[in-house]
Amino acid sequence: MAALMNENAIAGKPARVRLAGSDLLGVAIVIAAAIAGYFLFPNNLALLTRIISIALLVLSLDLVTGYCGVATLGHAALYGAGAYAAGMAAVHFGITDPLAMMAVGILAGTAAGLLSGVIVLRAHGLPQLVLSIAIVHLFHEAANKASSWTGGSDGLASIAPDPLLGLFEFDLWSRTAYVFGVVLLLVVLIVLRLVVRSPFGMLCRGIKEDPIRIRAMGASVHGTIMRMYAISGAVAGVGGALNAISTQVVGLDSLSFTLSAEALVMLVLGGTGSLYGALIGTVSFLWFEDIVSAANPFHWLTIVGALLILVVLFAPRGLYGTASAFLERRQEARR
Amino acid sequence: MTSILEVCNLKKAFGGLAVTNNVSLSLNPGDRVALIGPNGAGKTTFVNLVTGNLRPDSGMVRLGGETITGLNPMRRVRKGLVRSFQVTRLFQDMTPAEHVALAILQRDGRSTQMLGHFSHMPDVTAETGELLSKLGLHDFASSKVSRIAYGQQRLLEIAIALALRPKVLLLDEPAAGVPQSDTGRIEQALAELPADLAVLMIEHDMDLVFRFARRVIVLAAGEIIFDGSPAEVTKDARVREAYLGSYAYVSSVA
Repeated sequence: MAALMNENAIAGKPARVRLAGSDLLGVAIVIAAAIAGYFLFPNNLALLTRIISIALLVLSLDLVTGYCGVATLGHAALYGAGAYAAGMAAVHFGITDPLAMMAVGILAGTAAGLLSGVIVLRAHGLPQLVLSIAIVHLFHEAANKASSWTGGSDGLASIAPDPLLGLFEFDLWSRTAYVFGVVLLLVVLIVLRLVVRSPFGMLCRGIKEDPIRIRAMGASVHGTIMRMYAISGAVAGVGGALNAISTQVVGLDSLSFTLSAEALVMLVLGGTGSLYGALIGTVSFLWFEDIVSAANPFHWLTIVGALLILVVLFAPRGLYGTASAFLERRQEARR
Repeated sequence: MTSILEVCNLKKAFGGLAVTNNVSLSLNPGDRVALIGPNGAGKTTFVNLVTGNLRPDSGMVRLGGETITGLNPMRRVRKGLVRSFQVTRLFQDMTPAEHVALAILQRDGRSTQMLGHFSHMPDVTAETGELLSKLGLHDFASSKVSRIAYGQQRLLEIAIALALRPKVLLLDEPAAGVPQSDTGRIEQALAELPADLAVLMIEHDMDLVFRFARRVIVLAAGEIIFDGSPAEVTKDARVREAYLGSYAYVSSVA
């Protein structure tokens, strides 16, 4: 675990070995958790698939907010674009192969990401936040009004994906959907690990800290964040399309301000600027929400609110961020 | 020798106040020029006009014979006009090695590469190590910037600028904020700058100016009032007046 936390150690041979090791360990932990989930909660695989889908949204948000410092409360626009595009491809165009639907979702998410980027990057700080909220409201309203295409407030129903690879039916217990989701999450996680460690990822971290310094190095701040927005859109598109394929229905809530805000809450809970933080934040938030809402259906929102206040006050860098900083300090003390 | 940086009749006014008034100067490769002047003389505005952060009302900036007046700061950097900052602008969570590697990758147009890690690129690590050693930062290459001393951070600023392989380097008070004990190392770094690099240093510390500069330009009220050798600048009547006002003549009258 200590090695996993050390993702910021750079340069020098031992750090490099540790880095490769930490990536393998991270992936192994995700696989182990996925297998454990499959066998421990065989009746809750639909919920677990939903958690994976939202985790992809939170990862996507982490790319622009955690790595590039863009303030956004409208990130569900990218996720909803992927979900609706995959759903409409199946319902209106007969594209029912799940991999093809996924491809459509990724394309739509990327396009929505680029569009959001073009608009949101016109401003900074609070105006930027307001622009992002405007975008998700516009997307929401467009989906609401174009009801002949999207089903409006009733949602886009009767999405019937073909068996995955022609072999695995999307069953009632969400087994296929869950395995599909886990594989997608792993692929995305590995690709994103490569991206955030690359020179491009380093450039993004620099932009988050000081765009003026990055410009003084001759790099384009705008162009770099736009690239990240495209990647972020593709990841959100994967999450949205997974949601459309697994639940076979797409609702307006997938394009909502509420979902955007919740995604940000999950990211802050887990810790911004780290992929594992995004995953841990999503799993703990949704898992906690599920337990608390079952245990106390009347006051669960109060309890969730109290938890968030506790985390923000006592672990401002999020669960993962605080834990990794703690371990780093201990390691240094030992040296 | 042909000049590498040429500034012709640069003018900039804010409202009715001419902050840069008809400033012309030229730098040759290898020049070591200090730009000095009392507070409010327009030094910062002049630097911003040269780097492209401000647009001049009229006049021209040429780099290596090419007009760059219309280019944004980013493009000027890519053409070899690099600046350092008066207050360090570094990434607190990154290491000196990462800073220099990022600058090298950016210079080579590889900073948007989405695969690989710079520590696996032998050419980048070699050049990074070389630059950091040259500036005496090798031992701290892998410490976070937030943990190294301010004097070392100033040296890292110079390392980043050099990693971009500039033709013209604008140093904005390179020793500002550094404790006296560390200025020696910075002066050494300045003395070791590449011989063919044209350097324009904005500085208040006159000791540093006299040790570093082979030519001094004095700016006062937006105009160049002196351009000559360090030996002559203290004797110049207009310079004395600009710095001391009418007090310059007090002793002669009294």
